[in-house]
Amino acid sequence: MSVTLTIAGLDCFYGEVQVLHGLELELRKGEVLCLLGRNGAGKTTTLKAIMGLVPARAGSITLGTSELTELPAHEVPRAGIAYVPQGRRLFAELTVAENIEIGLMTRNKGKMVRENVLDLFPVLRERLKQRSGTLSGGEQQMLAMARALCLEPEVLLLDEPTEGLMPSMIAKIRETVTGLRERGVSTILVEQRVDAVLSVADRVAFIENGRNRETVDVTQLRDDPEMVRRYVGVG
Amino acid sequence: MGSLVAFFPHLLLATLEGLVTSAVLALTALGLSLVFGVMRIVNVAHGEFFMLGAVLAWAITTTLTGHPALGFAIALVLSPLIVGAIAWIAERLVLRRIEYNPEATIVATIGLLYIIQQLALTFYGPEARPVTPPFNYRIQLPWFGYSGYKLSIIAASALLLLATWFVLTRTRIGLIMRATQYDRETALAFGIPVGRVYGAVFALGAMLAAIAAVLIVPIQQAHYLMGLDPLLLSFIVVIIGGLGSLRGTVIAALLIGVSDGIISVFFSPTLAKIIATLVVAMVLVFRPQGLFGTATK
Repeated sequence: MSVTLTIAGLDCFYGEVQVLHGLELELRKGEVLCLLGRNGAGKTTTLKAIMGLVPARAGSITLGTSELTELPAHEVPRAGIAYVPQGRRLFAELTVAENIEIGLMTRNKGKMVRENVLDLFPVLRERLKQRSGTLSGGEQQMLAMARALCLEPEVLLLDEPTEGLMPSMIAKIRETVTGLRERGVSTILVEQRVDAVLSVADRVAFIENGRNRETVDVTQLRDDPEMVRRYVGVG
Repeated sequence: MGSLVAFFPHLLLATLEGLVTSAVLALTALGLSLVFGVMRIVNVAHGEFFMLGAVLAWAITTTLTGHPALGFAIALVLSPLIVGAIAWIAERLVLRRIEYNPEATIVATIGLLYIIQQLALTFYGPEARPVTPPFNYRIQLPWFGYSGYKLSIIAASALLLLATWFVLTRTRIGLIMRATQYDRETALAFGIPVGRVYGAVFALGAMLAAIAAVLIVPIQQAHYLMGLDPLLLSFIVVIIGGLGSLRGTVIAALLIGVSDGIISVFFSPTLAKIIATLVVAMVLVFRPQGLFGTATK
């Protein structure tokens, strides 16, 4: 399977505090790679570093032939990476339609993409004029996903998309991620819920103290639950 | 009844004078409010962009010969463009380098205030100089004649405010500006070049102040210290209206301008200022986000 995104020797800092220590990661085309680890291990920072929102002091992040660490942050999504941040980070004062419009603007996508995305999340079609901050938690997550999918990305970064959601919404997100995999989109998923990981991921990378300790196939994880306990502290 | 009839023309005159003040104030304050709203910085040099607009209008109108209206029209376009370019350069050279840190920005813009002010003193001088109005005709109302130019200031300002509202709420550029205002990091993650947006917004804010100054300079005269009052009044307006709220800025400017006009005519200008300051204090105590602002989350 060909590699879409490669992270090599990545060092990132918040001020003087080093958060990522020579992180190594490989994302293959059309796979769902899940990052597992304790709070503060560096999972979210990894996603932010890919997006250029946290600068890399050393190392490289390569998408195809593009070196992302050399791009200004606003050029990264245009290269084909879409981001669904933790806590959704919608433009709460803007309407649903305006949030989607911003997603479409990123890579100059048109009406057809908009329709496809709204077909995927029909509930949003009924709420286009509503201020996004007034949506329910589940609807907000749908909108965050929809906004990201407006980029028609090659790589999708999802940071705890199921956090605080009802089971029906979690199922919808799982279904969406699976559908994207079938269309060849590669996904990096940060997730705390082990059951969610097992049901959707192809491979799992265990992040600890800003390092990738081990990357395993999800089948290995099913066979060896001890592995999760070792890195995450829960089984 | 007779006293009421006698009272009405005074009230009308005071209201018209207040509306002229409101018109100029709304434009100036909107510039300050946009810069704060989108960039989250306080631009203490905002009044100097206003002054620079007026001084440049004088320079342009005195350099050009021909009908005053032509010189004025050119000044109305050119002066805000030059001020906008200066603001854009200041943003790139100074604010960007200090990464828009709120405290550092206040100090940096105080520095900018003095630099612009002293450059104006050096090259323009300490005199107050008039600019010829583009036209002189009086509109004859039943009770008194009123300057047609002053009425045109109100109309021009209303048009510009409407245009700004249209751009902010109905265009792609406006959407980009609002997205940047609400969440800078997410805006970056969706391809919005936040640095460029900041440069443009800072220039636009300065241009609005400069336009206001060009409009008022035929009535007020250009002077190198004329930036202080608009700065303070703009702060009053944006605090009452709510920083970053266009509607709030316009309503607060109307409130301050018209009440200033009426209270100044019937009582005293000092009382008008005392009341305005009192309103600011009350707003800060009871509704710190302003009448139309949203609370910071």
